[in-house]
Formats: sequence, structure tokens, C-alpha cells
Amino acid sequence: MSSLELEAVVPSRGVAVTLAVAPGETVALLGPNGAGKSTALGVVAGLVPTEGRVTAGGRALGGVPPHRRRVALLAQEPLLFPHLSVLDNVAFGPRSRGAGRRESRAAAGTWLDRVGMVAWADRRPDQLSGGQAQRVALARALAAEPELLLLDEPMAALDVDAAPGVRQVLRTVLADRTTLLVTHDALDALLLADRVVVVEDGRVVEQGETREVLTRPRSDFAARIAGLNLVTGRWRDGAVVHPTASVTGLPVGFQPRDGDEVVAVFSPSAVSVFAEPAAGSPRTSLTGVITDVEPLGDRVRIRTLVGCSSPSPVPVAADVTPAAAVELDLTPGSQVHLSIKAVEVAVHAARRV
Amino acid sequence: MRSVGLPRWMYLPALVGALFVLLPLVAMVGRVDWADFGSLVTSDSARDALWLSLRTSATSTVLCVLVGVPMALVLARTSFRGQSVVRAFVLLPLVVPPVVSGVALLYTFGRRGLLGPTLDVLGLEIAFSTVAVVMAQTFVALPFLVISVEGSLRTAGQRYEVVAATLGAGPTTVFRRVTLPLVLPGLLSGIVLAFARALGEFGATITFAGSLQGTTTTLPTQIYLERVSDPDAAVALSLVLVAVAVVVIGVARPGRGAP
Repeated sequence: MSSLELEAVVPSRGVAVTLAVAPGETVALLGPNGAGKSTALGVVAGLVPTEGRVTAGGRALGGVPPHRRRVALLAQEPLLFPHLSVLDNVAFGPRSRGAGRRESRAAAGTWLDRVGMVAWADRRPDQLSGGQAQRVALARALAAEPELLLLDEPMAALDVDAAPGVRQVLRTVLADRTTLLVTHDALDALLLADRVVVVEDGRVVEQGETREVLTRPRSDFAARIAGLNLVTGRWRDGAVVHPTASVTGLPVGFQPRDGDEVVAVFSPSAVSVFAEPAAGSPRTSLTGVITDVEPLGDRVRIRTLVGCSSPSPVPVAADVTPAAAVELDLTPGSQVHLSIKAVEVAVHAARRV
Repeated sequence: MRSVGLPRWMYLPALVGALFVLLPLVAMVGRVDWADFGSLVTSDSARDALWLSLRTSATSTVLCVLVGVPMALVLARTSFRGQSVVRAFVLLPLVVPPVVSGVALLYTFGRRGLLGPTLDVLGLEIAFSTVAVVMAQTFVALPFLVISVEGSLRTAGQRYEVVAATLGAGPTTVFRRVTLPLVLPGLLSGIVLAFARALGEFGATITFAGSLQGTTTTLPTQIYLERVSDPDAAVALSLVLVAVAVVVIGVARPGRGAP
């Protein structure tokens, strides 16, 4: 596995993005449309000329044509070659590297098996659904044995039902792979990436450990899409159980068993704030102490700590209207009751690190 | 999906147009002297002309593919100064009268032409030979192939080629395993068009290659020569040419298998 040092300097597009990816690490490139994320990927793949340096595993890539870079690119659309079978699509990379037909097909079969598509090996690409095609495209990219994997919003074009399956496959194959993932979905970053780099207007505005950036965003963009509440714990009886807080939620795209490590994800707008404990089920009731109150556009975001005297307090943010903030006298240090409906809480398998 | 329907008046001009194309064919078939048809189309001169036409058209179609596909690729996949001018010149034979193409070829490759002295030194005499027939046909048929393939290349786009490159395929592999299969429908229709154009070529051929039985007298030339001296033979041979054209288009119908 190679590392990546990237200076994507493309003045004509107003992009100057500098970042590094450690060997085996997955870095998510987050940012609004037109921020320069895809340009940065294009620079790594050799499709966009740069004035900066690109180094992969100590190898300078400047002037190296795309097919000699050992950098595979998976885009929004699978772009499977329509004239080749699924198997031959995946065998394309090994064949191009000079492997024999039989050897290439054997390798392709192995990768199709990894993404759960081996039964479709003899099909034509137009016989596959969007999610199936994207899995095959992933197998094709990996079969080329790239040193770097670039993912350009790989789930963006999939329908809601297909995305969790592809995400699940990505989680297993990206585990020890140097990967740069472009996304504008905080969830993809959370579930797939070790680190997050936020890009706005062609510049890096924030970077850090995924959980840190997503829960305490400092840049405008990250705050808008993220600011998520995360509670990690073990699954028991329909809830994510953490030593100090347990949150009831609904699993997305998988069925956890009791004791599985899971993470509950919910946005601050899903958290209601009360002065007295709220009744009603199925919902989660927590008690927190306000640490911070900040205006956020037409809302007020309050940050609380649940179980502040326990060894592992859980931060929970909530968005309320300014009127409610005044009425409830929400000031740092005061205690509030937080209520979250189960349907607002998405439960995902915890990232294996 | 059902179409939204056409204005009814539009069927009238469409029908007139269709009749305009069909009627002459019917008239010609009606004039065929069926009793002597066999002997007319198997005369020595007729067989020579048909055989020469098929050979030269096939050869010029192959030449069109060999140079036309690279031309289409350069036009569709690169950009250079003066590209639009180059494209206009490549397509010129489409709009120039064939007889003018013949004259131009004559003043290039003829004995007194631009390259005449050079060819003389090499002991080559092109004008009024079978080679001249092939060159005349290639000259007028080439734009059909280039247009067809270039259009397909632009429609197919470069996205698949980019993917192939990131998978480690060099430019030649990308061309062979991705570009070519993707534009195959366009290439086939270009081949059919080029072959048909070469088969029907008359003006440039008779100007540049003349008419020598078995050497430069192609089927259209033969028909033209016999239409006064032996109208029955001309009609019979015309029918043969129509039949060949129908077979060619039937075997590789343009657009079949296209997305």
C-alpha cells in the first residue's frame, strides 16, 4: 500500500488543494458542489494537469500517463464497458497489465466473489441494476490492483435501496487500502473514512479525524451537512447501549444482533429540548447539562453533555428556535431533558478500525 | 412508448417523396427484357464490368477503413489549430461534383500531373488503370466513412476510454478493446455507405480512369456506355446494380445493433 501526497494546483479552475493520505488510510474529501473535489481526484488520476506535485509511495507521478499510475477511479456512474460481460469487465485491468486470459478471468472471479456478484459473471452490464453495476465497477477497479483507489461520489447515483449494500461492500474492501473518497454525504465519510478533509472554493478549510470533524465542525460546509450526533455502543433490544446513554433507533441496511458494535446517528434538529422529562414512546429520553449555546442561522444550537459526572460523557447537540431558547432559559450550566424519536435515529454497524 | 402523433397533412409530402423514389425503380423493372435477361447480364462485357466493380469497390472500402478510421479519431479526439479547415477539406468530395474530383486526381497523379514526373521515374502509370479506378472510388467514398465514424466517436464520448486508462490500459489497448467495439455500429454503417458510394461511382472514374473493358470499365460506366447502343442491356445491368446495393444494405443494415 502506498501513501499519497497531493498538491492539486489548477489555477484555471481556482483549485489549490494540498493533502496527504497515509498508507492504508481512507480520507474523505468533503465539500459543496464545485469546490474542487473532483478536480483534485482528476489530478491524482492524471486526467487534469497540475502545477503542483503528486507523489504516490514516494514515486513522483508528474508527467506519468494515467495508465501507468496504478490509480483506479470509481465514479458516480459504473461505466461498465457495454460490449463486455461482467466477468470480462472485471478482467479488463489484469488483461491490460499483460496477464493471460485465463489468469485474468480467475482474478476477476475472485473479485466478483468479494463484492457478492459472482453469480452475475456471465451477464451483460445492461442486465444489472444500478447497485449491482456499481459493485461490479468496484470489483473492476480493485482487480487492476491499484496502489491508490479514488472514489468519486460512488453512491450518489444509486437509489436509496441500493446505497447501503454498496456502502457495506466498500467498508469491507477499503479497510486496508489507500483511498481518497469524494463525497458530500456526511454518512459516507463517517462510515468509510478515517480522516476528513473539507474543501471549499478550491481550498482546504478544515481537516481532522472523521468523528471530530463531523461532531464538532468548524467550517461552514461541515457545519451545514454534519454537526451530527453520534452515540457508539452495543446493540441490545432495539437500542444502542452506551455506558452513560442508550438511544433507541432503526438499523439501516443491515440487521444487527444483540451485542454487535453499532453507532446511532441523528441530527441536532431531531432532538427536542424540555425543562421536564418528556413522556411517550418509542423515544429516547436523556438528561444533559448545557455546555455551549450558539446561534446558527435561524436556529440556536445548544451543546450538552449527557452524564457529565460519569467517566465517559456523551455530547449531544440540539437545534431549537430562538423563542424556545429564551422560554426554556437555555444557558450554559443549566440542566435540560432531551428527547429523540426512534424513527429519527439511524443505526449503522460501527466502523471496524 | 407511443408517439404523440403527426399533423395529418404531413403524410402527403411524405407520400409524394416515397413515390418519387419508388416509381422510377418500378418503371425500370417494367422495362426489363426478361426473355433475354440471362444472356444480357452474362455477356463477357457485363461479367467483366460486374467483377471489376465488386473488386475495386471492396478494395477502396478497405482503403477507406485503413485511413478513414485514423482520420476520424484525429478529428474527434484531438484538437489542433486549423482543425475545422482540415475537416472541411476532408469532406469536400461530398459536395464537389465527381467529375471535378476526377479532374483533380488527373492533375495530381496523371502523367502531366503534380506527381506525374515522380511516378514516371518510379515506372508507375496510374491514370487509366485499375489502380485509378480504386483511387477515384476511395476519394469520393472516404468522407462517408470519416463522417460516420467521427459521429459515433463523438456520441460514444471519452468516458469509457478514461476508465480503461485508469485500469492500466495503454492507448493502443484502449483503441482496440474499448473505442473500436463502441463505435462498431457507426463503423459498419460507414463501411456500407462507403461501399455503396464506391459501387455507384461514375464521374470521377470515367474522368481519371477512362473506360477499358476488364481494366477500368465498371458497371456504372458500362451502363452509361450501353444506354444508347443497347438500352436493354443497360436496363438489365442497372437492375443488377440495384440488386447488389439491396444485398449490401440488407447484409449490414446501418444502425442495426446500435444503442
